[in-house]
Amino acid sequence: MSGPSTYNPQSGFEKWIDTRLPLPRLLHDTVHTFPTPRNLNIWYTFGGILAFCLGVQIVTGIVLAMHYVANANLAFDSVESIMRDVNYGWMIRYVHANGASMFFLAVYIHMFRGLYYGSYKAPRELIWIIGVLIYLLMMATAFFGYVLPWGQMSFWGATVITNLFSAIPVVGGHIATWLWGDFAVGDATLNRFFSLHYLLPFIIAGVVVLHIWALHVPGNNNPLGIDVKSPQDTVPFHPYYTVKDAFYLILFVILFAVFVFYAPNFFGNPDNYQQANPLVTPPDIVPEWYLLPFYAMLRSIPNKLMGVIVMGGAIVTLVFIPWLDTSRVRSCRFRPLMKQFFWAFLVACVILGYCGSQSVDATIVGIPLVWVARICSLYYYAFFWLILPIVGLIETPKKLPASIAQSVLGDAAATPAE
Amino acid sequence: MRLNKTSLGFALGLAASAALVTTASAQETMNTTRLHPKDVSFSFEGPFGTYDRGALQRGFQVYKEVCAACHGAQHLAFHNLAEPGGPEFTEAQARALAASVKVPAGPDDKGNITDENGQPLMRPATLADHFPSPFPNEEAARANNGGALPPDLSLIVKAREGGAEYVYSILTGFHMTPPKGFKVVDGKYYNPYFEGWNISMPPPLSNNSVTYSDGTKATIEQEAHDVTTFLAWASEPKMEERKRAGFGVLLFLIVLAGVFFAAYRKVWKDAH
Repeated sequence: MSGPSTYNPQSGFEKWIDTRLPLPRLLHDTVHTFPTPRNLNIWYTFGGILAFCLGVQIVTGIVLAMHYVANANLAFDSVESIMRDVNYGWMIRYVHANGASMFFLAVYIHMFRGLYYGSYKAPRELIWIIGVLIYLLMMATAFFGYVLPWGQMSFWGATVITNLFSAIPVVGGHIATWLWGDFAVGDATLNRFFSLHYLLPFIIAGVVVLHIWALHVPGNNNPLGIDVKSPQDTVPFHPYYTVKDAFYLILFVILFAVFVFYAPNFFGNPDNYQQANPLVTPPDIVPEWYLLPFYAMLRSIPNKLMGVIVMGGAIVTLVFIPWLDTSRVRSCRFRPLMKQFFWAFLVACVILGYCGSQSVDATIVGIPLVWVARICSLYYYAFFWLILPIVGLIETPKKLPASIAQSVLGDAAATPAE
Repeated sequence: MRLNKTSLGFALGLAASAALVTTASAQETMNTTRLHPKDVSFSFEGPFGTYDRGALQRGFQVYKEVCAACHGAQHLAFHNLAEPGGPEFTEAQARALAASVKVPAGPDDKGNITDENGQPLMRPATLADHFPSPFPNEEAARANNGGALPPDLSLIVKAREGGAEYVYSILTGFHMTPPKGFKVVDGKYYNPYFEGWNISMPPPLSNNSVTYSDGTKATIEQEAHDVTTFLAWASEPKMEERKRAGFGVLLFLIVLAGVFFAAYRKVWKDAH
């Protein structure tokens, strides 16, 4: 995708293709010879795992769409028919439903990894920002998908989320009506959500191409956060990282399979096995686990509009990280102070998720969870808008190694990579 | 695997808080949060658990003779009764069971959909028919049940927090003396395993509600256990197929992981 190409067409046919549509050259340079830092660890395998997750969701989703009926009266029964009457329908649906959770599990690891190793810093700002866009698209897609089975949580989740738009002054109510296509969540809403749920994954796939394209200009960051300086610092993507990614992908698929075959409803909510009923509100409306931290932020703010702004701002904030971080060192491995704030941030996100999963008036050891959520939300914002800029200026980073090769192979790192 | 710990943490947190709530309700009489379901063991638990065929067949009998008077199970079809992984009645048995039930018939040769008395035309069910619902619509169901709607049972085990143990606890949770100060609403029944403790369903089971043909003694606990097993199957009829497939999938993946680990080690031998 960038840099001098090392592709050398052999046969006449390859030469013929290469002068007309150099797709083999593109693939050769992208997934074969692409020079990759030799020190990437397990956390760097999640990019490939995410591509796999997207593929699984698209393939299972297309098959599900062959049997699903987007109609408020028929949707719930059509999903049950998939579970009972379609050959291996239960497997396809459980893979798709758990696949969403596995996708988010992987994307969160991928994002925290980027945060820890400073992968968003120059010259990789656009990779990060495109990644935030993918994350946003994923959340929208997952939300639309969760509505489709038309269970109680589907319906009430859709009602709560679309009602957030009504918090916008003056035009909010109209926007909500426009989103619903009706005066409440109903058949029209279900149909447009199905349409969008089918569309967005392909947009994600397109944006993923941009993500990888942008990655292949500067190349991978690495756990040391230092630039590649010589060919000794890198190995060709194939076979080194194809085999490593494949191995860790298989481990990930094992975890995936344990959920699909042995705990398929672990991430689900029992209420969603009851058909949507606009007349009966469930006692607690809870989104899927991957949206819980943001849900906790929303609920911790007493004013609806402010809650929506705080929740939306938490995601928008991510876009500015490349410029909020003032440190000249990328990796937290060499940032003793930042490292501690990073782990505290991870803990805050987990606590926020826990708060979001509990009822509004819940307490823990006598402390109202709403206050716990407020403190964690405050830390979330402080981490990006105060800690990231300030720590970068006052922290004394540890000494960086001279090169990747020296760090990996020791000082006698003179032998070039095979 | 950080985030996996997160979700497990949520689950643990939920379990912990549920336990706290339970103890609290036992102490404060007026906190009518439902009790934690009884801890019962079922044949279908665990990675290798299967449905006990005898329990499924007996449970179907309890459903048919007791529950079906008020509760439908619309996602079940009669042919399901003869399918592998279910009660596994023979096809002839399932056919006979279907034929013993009447379902609405289509128009007759004159285009009539009702008989001379204005009643809808009925016909015996076939294997292809789904279980008929006891009431023609929600309004009729409510009118016959003091305003309450008996839920469809085909997904009940998956649709309730606590699953099979919850259903079993409700069925065996009657006939207890309410704590002092707790008022049972007129026309309702005391059942501490139900949220709010007032349940509209009268105690459905009693000793010898049914007569089992296999000689099993029909106690309330036995009937509840059997019908809960049946309802668990109704919720998840492909469970046995799923667990069997999962075993093969995992075995394959573990071997594949071993192969790739060897390849990974070989490729990287000299690179770090």
